[in-house]
Amino acid sequence: MGSTNSTLLKIPNVEVLMQETGFSPAHIIRLHDRFKALDKEGRGHLCPQDFGAIKELAMNPIGDRIIGAFFSPGKEMVDFHTFVKILAHFRPVDKDRPKEPNSPELINSRSNKLKFAFQLYDQDKDGKISRDELLKVLRAMLGMQVTEEQLESIADRTIQEADLDRDDAISFEEFRKSLEKVNIDHKMSIRFLR
Amino acid sequence: MESYLFPFDSLICMLLGISFTVLFTLLLVFIIVPAIFGVSFGIRRLYMKSLIKLFEVSELMLSMSVILQRGGAEPEFDMSDIFYFCRRGVESIVDDEVTKRFTAEELESWNLLTRSNYNFHHISTRLTALWGVGVLIRYGFLLPLRVTLAFTGVGLLVVLTSIVGLFPNGRMKNYLSDKVHLMCYRICVRALTAIITYHDSENKPKNGGICVANHTSPIDVIILASDGCYAMVGQVHGGLMGVIQRAMVKACPHIWFERSEVKDRHLVAKRLSDHIADKSKLPILIFPEGTCINNTSVMMFKKGSFEIGCRVYPVAIKYDPRFGDAFWNSSKFGMVNYLLRMMSSWAIVCSVWYLPPMSRMEGEDAVQFANRVKAAIARKGGLADLLWDGGLKRGKVKEVFKEEQQKLYSKVLVGNIWPTFSYEQNIESV
Repeated sequence: MGSTNSTLLKIPNVEVLMQETGFSPAHIIRLHDRFKALDKEGRGHLCPQDFGAIKELAMNPIGDRIIGAFFSPGKEMVDFHTFVKILAHFRPVDKDRPKEPNSPELINSRSNKLKFAFQLYDQDKDGKISRDELLKVLRAMLGMQVTEEQLESIADRTIQEADLDRDDAISFEEFRKSLEKVNIDHKMSIRFLR
Repeated sequence: MESYLFPFDSLICMLLGISFTVLFTLLLVFIIVPAIFGVSFGIRRLYMKSLIKLFEVSELMLSMSVILQRGGAEPEFDMSDIFYFCRRGVESIVDDEVTKRFTAEELESWNLLTRSNYNFHHISTRLTALWGVGVLIRYGFLLPLRVTLAFTGVGLLVVLTSIVGLFPNGRMKNYLSDKVHLMCYRICVRALTAIITYHDSENKPKNGGICVANHTSPIDVIILASDGCYAMVGQVHGGLMGVIQRAMVKACPHIWFERSEVKDRHLVAKRLSDHIADKSKLPILIFPEGTCINNTSVMMFKKGSFEIGCRVYPVAIKYDPRFGDAFWNSSKFGMVNYLLRMMSSWAIVCSVWYLPPMSRMEGEDAVQFANRVKAAIARKGGLADLLWDGGLKRGKVKEVFKEEQQKLYSKVLVGNIWPTFSYEQNIESV
């Protein structure tokens, strides 16, 4: 195990990282290798162009929104710690981990997964998904295949169903309520291979 | 009336017979002759590229089924639809090609083999028709061709190695033995339509060493042995395997153990060391895991092979699951069943990496050494997505793909908004 231990030692604060995210050492190493591969110029941090170079992501209708989720407002760089913490949202929920009442909420809890998805809609970060923001997402996912009227009717119906306090926008609570029957763990988790 | 038909009947039979024979002979010539000389026309790579395009089409068709299957009710936009795109996006950030293709429960890219789609049901007529044509091609054309090739390859191996065995020991015999082995393994590779990419061939195992590789299927042996000459290790079998083993050992020294000898670890170690000490003998090929692994992880390497104290040449083998799952679950399927499944798949696509040789270091015991080798192999194989052969990667990203996804998604929704389009009609046109 000589080579794996030396890689772990090179990453600063790796213990804290594993604690916070719940990733195993093997996962961290794999993600570190991936980070280094994406960081083609070896700067030690990633910028939006590095993400944009991933072909599959460029093909994704909401690819730019996902990239945006990695960068806090105003920042143009993401370091390894932040990279791992954001990816930790997609860890499958540990069913056998005992719930400690006073421990901080896990990054991959149902609530945090929902928050991650919410911010994909709520680009201006005002805590609500306005009709306009909804239209933008629909346009991204549907492209030129539907007319403006069809888009508006979909958006209207969605808001009508989810908006409970009648303010013509969907807050996080309303978002959460509309998805209470959905298996979030299944839809928002990926398998991290060794 | 009947006598009127008879001449035509026999004429048709004759024509069919002749055309089949000609076709088969041509194919055999195009496949066996290059195998003998170790050259390639590139037909298999072309085939692989067209398969990839085909899978992309079926993937687009199937990928929207996640949304179609929502609760059986009529599809309408749901806030959770974004999760699908979001998850795929993050998967591509974590791992470009491999993770997506590896989620066994939801192989979203359907490679048109029912055995790999666990929730197969009628998604669209067009897709089912495509699958049906695929079945015809695979079982009606590819399978007989491959079985013929396999028999040819094995038969030639037995016959030619026995002939080489008649030569006196010396350089000539070794040279001929190498050539014969390589040729027959290459024919077997073509019998499976295996498209293999070898990386870092400068690290290929040399005499007096052990080659250690991760083990996914019995095919691993054929894949490695078609690129280099190895001494095999194994238990003596009866039947056809026994015939092959006895023939092979006539041409060059392999190590076959009797059943009783296998239990005696010291005897095994001694025979292996003796073989290695003789520099004129070929490197030994060993799979330390001993049993087939799912190709996603490299299990505990058994330490026996690492106690011998010689150079170890690690090799990582990684299969591309898009084309057919090469994993052999020996408790579920027998060998013949497994081989038939392999031969009726589209192709076996894999990459082989030759890693630099390793030796046991001072103060390291066999287990630590084994783990070190295992880690090196796992890392190389796990980085498959980054170093995947250029030919397998798709061409430049086309806007067309994004548009295709949008098109399909919109068809699902539009069908619900405009009442003139019925649900069924919408599915047919996908």
